[in-house]
Amino acid sequence: MSLLWLLRRLAGLVLALAAASAVVFILMDLLPGDPAEIMLGTNARPDTLAALRAEMGLDRPALIRYADWALGLLRGDFGRSLTYSVPVAELVWERLAVTLPLAVMAIALTLLIALPLGAMAAARRNSLTDSTIVAITQLGVAIPNFWFAMMLVLVFAISWRWLPSGGFPGWSAGPSAFLALILPAIALALPQAAILTRVMRSSLLETLGEDYVRTARAKGLTRSEALRRHAFRNALIPVLTILGLQFSFLIAGTVVIENVFSLPGLGRLVFQAINQRDLVVVRSVVMLLIGSIIIVNFCVDLAYALVDPRLRGRA
Amino acid sequence: MISGARNNPALTHPSLWIGAAMTACVVLLALIALVWTPQDPTAMEMAKRLQTPSAAHWLGTDRFGRDVLSMAMAGAAISLQVSFVAIAFGMAIGVPLGLFAAMRGGTLDEAVMRVSDFVFAFPALLTAIMLRELFGPGALNAMIAIGIFNVPVFARVTYGAALSIKTRDFVTASRLAGKSEMRIALDHVLPNVLPLLIVQATIQLSLGILAEAALSYMGLGVQPPAPSWGRMLNDAQTLMAIAPRLALVPGLCIVFTVLGLNLLGDGLRDWLDPRLRRRQA
Repeated sequence: MSLLWLLRRLAGLVLALAAASAVVFILMDLLPGDPAEIMLGTNARPDTLAALRAEMGLDRPALIRYADWALGLLRGDFGRSLTYSVPVAELVWERLAVTLPLAVMAIALTLLIALPLGAMAAARRNSLTDSTIVAITQLGVAIPNFWFAMMLVLVFAISWRWLPSGGFPGWSAGPSAFLALILPAIALALPQAAILTRVMRSSLLETLGEDYVRTARAKGLTRSEALRRHAFRNALIPVLTILGLQFSFLIAGTVVIENVFSLPGLGRLVFQAINQRDLVVVRSVVMLLIGSIIIVNFCVDLAYALVDPRLRGRA
Repeated sequence: MISGARNNPALTHPSLWIGAAMTACVVLLALIALVWTPQDPTAMEMAKRLQTPSAAHWLGTDRFGRDVLSMAMAGAAISLQVSFVAIAFGMAIGVPLGLFAAMRGGTLDEAVMRVSDFVFAFPALLTAIMLRELFGPGALNAMIAIGIFNVPVFARVTYGAALSIKTRDFVTASRLAGKSEMRIALDHVLPNVLPLLIVQATIQLSLGILAEAALSYMGLGVQPPAPSWGRMLNDAQTLMAIAPRLALVPGLCIVFTVLGLNLLGDGLRDWLDPRLRRRQA
């Protein structure tokens, strides 16, 4: 990978993060009016308002406030929450202990479902298996994840009592903490797995038609051997891209699903903060989520170039 | 371009007519709901709360005694309106941007595509959270948030298709005949991109329905007392153990609508894009 190419991409990443922070700041801090009044309500006493304005530094020019906030983010200082009276960074750190494992479990589950199903459908193209898998994915894309989550609760928590219907006991509780994340992870993985199965299927069908697969077959490999040894790895490239693009849906999904299951993660934090009008928390957590989407897509770009050197020239 | 129209689409593309029929059902119900519902979907009657389906209330009543069927019908109208306006918003900005970038090329092309990559990092849910203080929670907030996410989608689709059409002989011929780039874009490129845009719009509409439901469920979209599918699901959540029917109705409405639109989109793509059909054959 050439250094110049890498530097250009890095500059693009920094620019995107700076632009995203500016958008978040303008939409949440500048345009709606007086953040102190929004947080305390219109009936707040003038001296309380003035005190909060001073604490938030609202008397300073917007540009300085933005620079302060953005540089603070870089240092890991996300401001101080009004409702919890603790640094936002502390809250974020605490909540990541739920959100991060949940997201990882959802991605792992997505891959575990999508790759074999997609490969199976492609290997048995136009068979009953293929059409069944395609029909299931069609349905999977159409089901809203939060409704699916409610149905999972109805079946596995309310009717069969196999798994908890919500809440999180904390990691110190051991296996029951893991059990609490199973239904949320399944609900998050469903639409992602449905989309990825379709991508895997069509990508594999395309690679199976390539010359090198035909050569492999001519050398005496069976169709499934050729698929396993040659086509599968190459088919993963588009799967990787879509997985990166889906990350933004995964983040949005986490916010919703954590609320369905009352999980104390980042999504629940941001939602509670909206209702409590704790703008400092909302602004920083939203920026953190958008920043993570931008960084993941950057990493996917890098991985893409590592896997397929031809793409570096084009990028 | 639409050479497939010679074939009977109902016979060659079953997903087209199944999807069209499903979508037509929902649109019809939504249109009827605009002028008539069996009961007033917002009228509460505590004496009739949580009733099971009966002749008076075909799908029963919710915890406030509201008629579930009327709420589901009115919800269809709101859901379709929000998604339709959001997709129109995305197209109105995205299509000209993509077309312009493809025709002009160079730095502008690069800039438009970079910006659209950037907008992809803002899921509708996070945008709706950010816009909440600006517009207040409500249908408008949902429309704008979903619309913004759709701008880069349409810009990219238009851009990709316009780039390939730009190199075709009939475009070169028009250029030699002295037509301006603007005229070529409108007279020749746009009509050829249109089938692709229709397909994309159908798919985006289905995603819009899902996003609207999620936003209303989270309290960021349509506000009570206006009924919406997402709101109904939110209300039903605490009653899952005693009245799961309340969650089933709006959920199935969403699945039916989204599935219909997706099938319609798939069918339209197969029917309108002869190249794809040849490849699949």
